[in-house]
Amino acid sequence: MIAQVWRWLVDGAHWQGGTGIAQRLLEHLEYSGMSVLIAAIIALPIGAFIGHAGRAKWIIAVANAFRAIPSLGLLFVVAMWFVSRLQGDAAYLVPTIIVLVILAMPPLLAGAYSGVSEVDPAARDAAYGMGMTHRQVLTRVELPCALPLIFSGLRSAALQVIATATIAASISVGGLGRYLIDGLANSDYTEMAGGAVLVAALALVVDGVLAALQRLVVPGGLRTARSARRRRRASAVTQASPTG
Amino acid sequence: MKRTMSVAALTLTATLALAACGGGSSNPLSKNSSTGKAPAGTAAAGAIRVGAANFPESQLIAAIYAAALNAKGVKATTGDPIGAREVYLKALQQGSIDLVPEYAYSLLTYYQPSATQTAPAAVRAAVIKKLPATEMLLNAAAAEDSNTVTVTKQTADKWDLKTIADLAKHSSQVTFAAPPEFQGREQGLKGLKEKYNLVPKSFRALQGTAIAQALKNNQAQAANIFSTDPSIKTDGFVVLQDPKHVFGTDNVVPLITKAKATKQVQTILDAVQAKLTTDNLAEMDKEVQVDHKDIATVAKQFISDNGLG
Amino acid sequence: MLSFIHGHWSDILSRAIDHAWLAGLPLLLGLAISLPLGWLARRASWLRVILVGGSSLLYTIPSLALFVLMPIVVKTTITDPVNVIIAMTIYTVALLVRTVADALGAVSDETRQAAIAMGYTPIRRFFGVELPLAVPVISAGLRVAAVSNVAIVSVAALLGIRQLGFYLTDGYQLNYWAEVWTGIVACLVLALIFDVLIQAITRVITPWQRAVAS
Repeated sequence: MIAQVWRWLVDGAHWQGGTGIAQRLLEHLEYSGMSVLIAAIIALPIGAFIGHAGRAKWIIAVANAFRAIPSLGLLFVVAMWFVSRLQGDAAYLVPTIIVLVILAMPPLLAGAYSGVSEVDPAARDAAYGMGMTHRQVLTRVELPCALPLIFSGLRSAALQVIATATIAASISVGGLGRYLIDGLANSDYTEMAGGAVLVAALALVVDGVLAALQRLVVPGGLRTARSARRRRRASAVTQASPTG
Repeated sequence: MKRTMSVAALTLTATLALAACGGGSSNPLSKNSSTGKAPAGTAAAGAIRVGAANFPESQLIAAIYAAALNAKGVKATTGDPIGAREVYLKALQQGSIDLVPEYAYSLLTYYQPSATQTAPAAVRAAVIKKLPATEMLLNAAAAEDSNTVTVTKQTADKWDLKTIADLAKHSSQVTFAAPPEFQGREQGLKGLKEKYNLVPKSFRALQGTAIAQALKNNQAQAANIFSTDPSIKTDGFVVLQDPKHVFGTDNVVPLITKAKATKQVQTILDAVQAKLTTDNLAEMDKEVQVDHKDIATVAKQFISDNGLG
Repeated sequence: MLSFIHGHWSDILSRAIDHAWLAGLPLLLGLAISLPLGWLARRASWLRVILVGGSSLLYTIPSLALFVLMPIVVKTTITDPVNVIIAMTIYTVALLVRTVADALGAVSDETRQAAIAMGYTPIRRFFGVELPLAVPVISAGLRVAAVSNVAIVSVAALLGIRQLGFYLTDGYQLNYWAEVWTGIVACLVLALIFDVLIQAITRVITPWQRAVAS
């Protein structure tokens, strides 16, 4: 069985063309990347603001409550609403992106929020003492200090989105999920398992790349034992769930 | 100390439960799992387990068979829909279901993709030759539900479409909506390419009513819709003619494992088959798919309306 | 939606029970596995790297992919609920190992020293002192796992495994809003029940917490 799946994966013919692995990988990355980007643009400023101002924390709670919604149900409801309102591929792509953005928000919000709010009060006071404005404190002190947790939220969001993009195949969207859905319909287990391996591999690679990026971007001084401990404590907050 | 004990006991039970997991047959796509159904579904020994494909009409006919059998004192159960023919026929052969509603010509093309028979009697004879020795076909119904290539009235007018060959001229503008298994079937994209050179620009894999929705809203320009589907009437769709017979005549026919096909079971199901017509099937499809009536309720109504219970 | 619920009440209930098993049993199994692993992770930093790092790696595998790959590992069929149970147990462990390790680590040294001075053996110290004190944190982790398990299990409907997710796939196929909404709400209610239950159990087994709070 494992040998069969391996042969499926390395067969060059499976990689080419409009329904080939290369194309499906690209689609998967495209939907996922776009969704995480949109979610980050919305969630990071909000999370950072809540952390800085210490107000409107209910937004974090509401976003977290969204995690309990089954993503398959959310996808179907949004798709049923859009099918008569959008033309062509957009009728399935837009619902997919909307659902993925919703799923990416909680970890991003939580990461930015807890990153900023847990900045050492002494550092914050020192910055104000130096005559910095609110804006300067946020952008020059709090955000750099929050980077480790922001990144941990980003990685969780990316994993969540890559996993959930798989089930979008059930509303006819492309991506690696097609191999799982089509393989099941055609009773082709090799194709299903091959697709599953590809999704898992993609998730691992993306997580690795983001981890490497994190090492490059996060200032060395923040990678001390103390911040590692803090990151662990907050990790439960930003943890993704592999819905999908 | 009491707490210590209970935590330890919980740990032990849970570990044992995990150790008990595992085992089973070797083909992952077989539906023959010992724990696969809710206990209630398989509890009655010897009950006939009626399987169904994953589209509403198949679930409806399965529910009718089960209701008819139960009404005459033969215990029968239904479960969740299983999947496409490629999947449920395996389930039948491996014995995790005993009976499934089938469509004569589609069943034939599963075993013999190059089938050319068109007359119902010839189709039936050919299927019987191909069936595994453990399975048998019962009587076909007059009810017929074939695969079609269907377009909206608007598209038919715009491109002046009568036959699938007419549509093939617009291949490069066609997104085709159908269940995912349509891609690999002879009664599907393969046959459409061979006989009409219809190679759609793109394929949209959907299930059930979502296919008709996609066609109606122009997310697809052509779709594989069953001839009994209520959307053909309610949305004014146009079924394209198929002079080269990619699709055959699909009379409804029960496929059953011989071990369960007692004389009594055959008599009961033959009586149901005698009452199933294309019209009443289409009417029931509408009740399920458009009016969203419960499948079991519609099935029981059919049994009592036709004096089968 | 109300008429759908009314007409399918017994079916909804029986699917909810199936769903609760598929989401709940892995919580118990996962907890049972995470406790010793979390304890081990505390023993040495290299063990922590392997256990916590390894389990978060497992967490990156998408659930549909994990359900599909399970038959290769445990020789089940694709529709076997056992696949879901094992997959969900893996996710629970992935989430809890880290939580358990951190929770045990948060027990203060003074407390530990006091227990040693009272003559507690390491095993008794673990079950009698460290574990009870770690319960609130572990319980918080368990609540996260429970809510996410309930949501993830519904994905198994794509493979035809009986549970509440069926209303999502079937409702979409029939373009039947009431059915899809019923599926979503039923999943939410089940998640809420799990959450309340875990909180209640935590309250019962940590009476000292209430004493402090009141």
